[in-house]
Amino acid sequence: MWPFQRKRRRSRIDPDHPHVLIIGNGITGITAALQIRKNQPTWKITIISGESQYFYSRPALMYLFMGHMRWTDLKPYADDKWSQQEIELIHKWVLSINLEQKNVALDDGRTVRFDKLLLATGSQPNRFGWPGQSLRQVQGLYSLQDLENLETTLPSVQKAVIVGGGLIGVELAEMLHSRNKHVVILCREQHYWDNVLPTEEAQLVTKVIRKHGIDVRLSSELQRIRGDTNNNVTGVQLTDSEEIDCQFVGLTAGVSPNIDLIKPTNIAYERGILVDNSFRSSVKNVFAAGDCAEFLQPENGELKIEQLWYTGKQQGEVVGDVISGKQRSYHRGIWFNSAKFFDLEYQTYGRVPSSQANHADLRHYWWTDQKRRGLRIVCDSKNNVVGMNSLGIRHRHQIWNGWLEEKKSIDYILENLKKAEFDPEFYSSCSPDIIAQFRRESTQ
Amino acid sequence: MNSSLPIIGQGSVSTVSHEQVSLSKSQRAGLALAGLGFVAGVSVGIFQPKIEGWAPLLLVFLPITLGSLLYIWSTYAGTIPQIMNDGIVTRSIQNRGRIAYVLGVMITAFYCTLYWRPEYLVGLYSTLNPLSQLLNGGAADQWFMYGFMYTLAMLIMGVRMYFRYRDNAYQKARTFSVVFFQVAFAFLLPSLLKKLNQPEFYFTYFWPLKPEYLFPDSVHTLIQNGEAVGVFMVTWGAASFFILTPILTYRFGKRWYCSWVCGCGGLAETLGDPWRHLSDKSNDTWRLERWSVHLTLLLVTLVTCLVWINSWLGGELLGAFSNAASRWYGFFVGAVLSGVVGVGFYPLMGSRVWCRFFCPMAAALGLWQRFFSRFRITTNGGQCISCGNCSTYCEMGIDVRSYAQRGENIVRASCVGCGVCSAVCPRGVLKLESGPTSKDRFEGAAHPIREFIKSLKT
Repeated sequence: MWPFQRKRRRSRIDPDHPHVLIIGNGITGITAALQIRKNQPTWKITIISGESQYFYSRPALMYLFMGHMRWTDLKPYADDKWSQQEIELIHKWVLSINLEQKNVALDDGRTVRFDKLLLATGSQPNRFGWPGQSLRQVQGLYSLQDLENLETTLPSVQKAVIVGGGLIGVELAEMLHSRNKHVVILCREQHYWDNVLPTEEAQLVTKVIRKHGIDVRLSSELQRIRGDTNNNVTGVQLTDSEEIDCQFVGLTAGVSPNIDLIKPTNIAYERGILVDNSFRSSVKNVFAAGDCAEFLQPENGELKIEQLWYTGKQQGEVVGDVISGKQRSYHRGIWFNSAKFFDLEYQTYGRVPSSQANHADLRHYWWTDQKRRGLRIVCDSKNNVVGMNSLGIRHRHQIWNGWLEEKKSIDYILENLKKAEFDPEFYSSCSPDIIAQFRRESTQ
Repeated sequence: MNSSLPIIGQGSVSTVSHEQVSLSKSQRAGLALAGLGFVAGVSVGIFQPKIEGWAPLLLVFLPITLGSLLYIWSTYAGTIPQIMNDGIVTRSIQNRGRIAYVLGVMITAFYCTLYWRPEYLVGLYSTLNPLSQLLNGGAADQWFMYGFMYTLAMLIMGVRMYFRYRDNAYQKARTFSVVFFQVAFAFLLPSLLKKLNQPEFYFTYFWPLKPEYLFPDSVHTLIQNGEAVGVFMVTWGAASFFILTPILTYRFGKRWYCSWVCGCGGLAETLGDPWRHLSDKSNDTWRLERWSVHLTLLLVTLVTCLVWINSWLGGELLGAFSNAASRWYGFFVGAVLSGVVGVGFYPLMGSRVWCRFFCPMAAALGLWQRFFSRFRITTNGGQCISCGNCSTYCEMGIDVRSYAQRGENIVRASCVGCGVCSAVCPRGVLKLESGPTSKDRFEGAAHPIREFIKSLKT
């Protein structure tokens, strides 16, 4: 054969060894599967997903819609990866779980047996019982099916209203805007996403979104969605009784765990499937991780439900080890996240309180310039760092992670700020400016 | 629940059916103007009118230039500085649609005519006589025309690059550099040398990309005819590869050449940019690439040895064979692979087909880059969301994401350091940089020879 073609090897699966069944092929389910395979080369592993045959990058759905990438580009692994790893993929929806008989029923009538079960069913968009929310052109943006619906709806849309000013909201706005639709975003907050961001960042983000031609309505809330007799959206009414005509309503007011499947079983749940710090549910050999899991006792006051790509990946790794039989519990480490608001990149490390939080004991250092770049460093009362936000400036994750773990002082950070720069070469550095300003402020 | 979505079932973006975005009036005007120039060019080529002076040249190339610039200007003027990739994978011309095939056939046909039927181009290249007279003192031939059109294409599409990536300082610097080296060192300087009765020499090309510069014939000719200048040229050619290349590649990675200086790379980066996402990212193609590119390097080394041995033996033993070998290398690698396939297939296989699969210089630089260089693309901790923009827009077909999502540095022999992965990353995860040493870039980097031998086996 050709020297550049790879040879097939014999199956290593042992039918007497445990069969792990994973429901959900998002980042958590997939990461867990690969981790289990690394630990247990002979176990049978099956992943079921009704959403798609192959794992794809959920955050990249927007790029598929905007025509930046083809469907095949969204898949982080080549299709033959799964047969090489001997991970079986079933592209069906699961209808029910039977814990006594240890099997699940699929929508084609088949049942699949398991020895160990991982639930990684993700989230679903929040709907707060608004009148008209079941009209035809009302939807969230989470799954491939949502994207499909959006694509079908699109030709009849001239104007779209997006309810909820978070990360998905701005993505949906960018998507619709790229296809020449007028977009209105309704935000309950005073500035975009200021329930997470401090005021200055939220103002800057609002400015950038508006610069791109999006009509951002602050401090405005949805009252009801109007429809015609054919169940088509015709507009929305706000709580101040203002009316906006539109043909599409996007609901992006957060997500909540997708647990409809387990509600009929005796697996314990509250908002999400309740798990300990090793992702064990109330039922033996049943695990849950990712967006759908809720920690019984999160370590030192952290979130009970984590709904990020990054946490999904980290949780998948840990639960994979646990299922393989290793003793491990989840320590997320220093918080981090990133996003992009149109052309404005955002990174955050550690803990930065939002505009709405009470933080009298913290010292804030905030710098911004004409190019809409911004950097915030938050310190405790002893001037040791607890968090940072950056807008339009790239910083190094490892460096900040180290500084935050060691609780470095502001003086130390300013001394070493250049080391954290991650902008491409030839970019004009704003560090000298930042250092000068923060040094002045820290000595005050 | 719907499980048979066309979007998944067909494995295509069939459902992402963009409404045809119509071109603006000024974009249409630009295209029409460029089209007029094209028609004028074809007519002049066919009818070969006997008109002296600058008129025919201006008639053909001025509308093409102004029309293209008008199109570019009306596309980007007034937009917010950011990389606009909207609709790139749904446009026919950029996605192997009918227009792409027509374009591919046209460019290929042009190259075939240029190499093997230049007599059909007499009418066209005669229009360049006044410019040729001005620059090098002689009449234009097909190679002067080729150099002129090549440079013009890079200038026009360089302007496009500048607008498209104007929010990115690295891209601007790189585009400026690569266009500068083409205009100054690959177009003006060789002409000037000719005018001064010196050998026509390209200082930015050397062995093994231009192997004949170290063939005995040209070495002897250069030294005899060019005297001091000739000696300098031969020395420059040899030193560039054996001294300059290792030093610069150690310091900056192969990008110092491939995406900052080289003309082939320059054309790919400017004219080829609209098709960069067409490069194949599969593992099989990567394996094929490793074989083909290193085989070409081996081939050029063998041919070079052969002609030198033949020359030392006075041409008695291997005369006919070594001549044939170097002629065949020139035909197959120089003409077919670098020209016809390399550029003609831009609209079908992406912009770096030649550089990726065949260029012996890229192979040599790649070996340096992989094993003896401080260059790497750093991944920013755990910030990767596996979206795949980096892999999609990698013109060399590197699956950048596969490294980024594992938090690993990207240290690949083929990486030309264009920096577009870093530019399109929505989370700021990638940074091209030279670290303190070559040894901390990947596992095993401290033992390059061992690593090299290992790489031969996989």
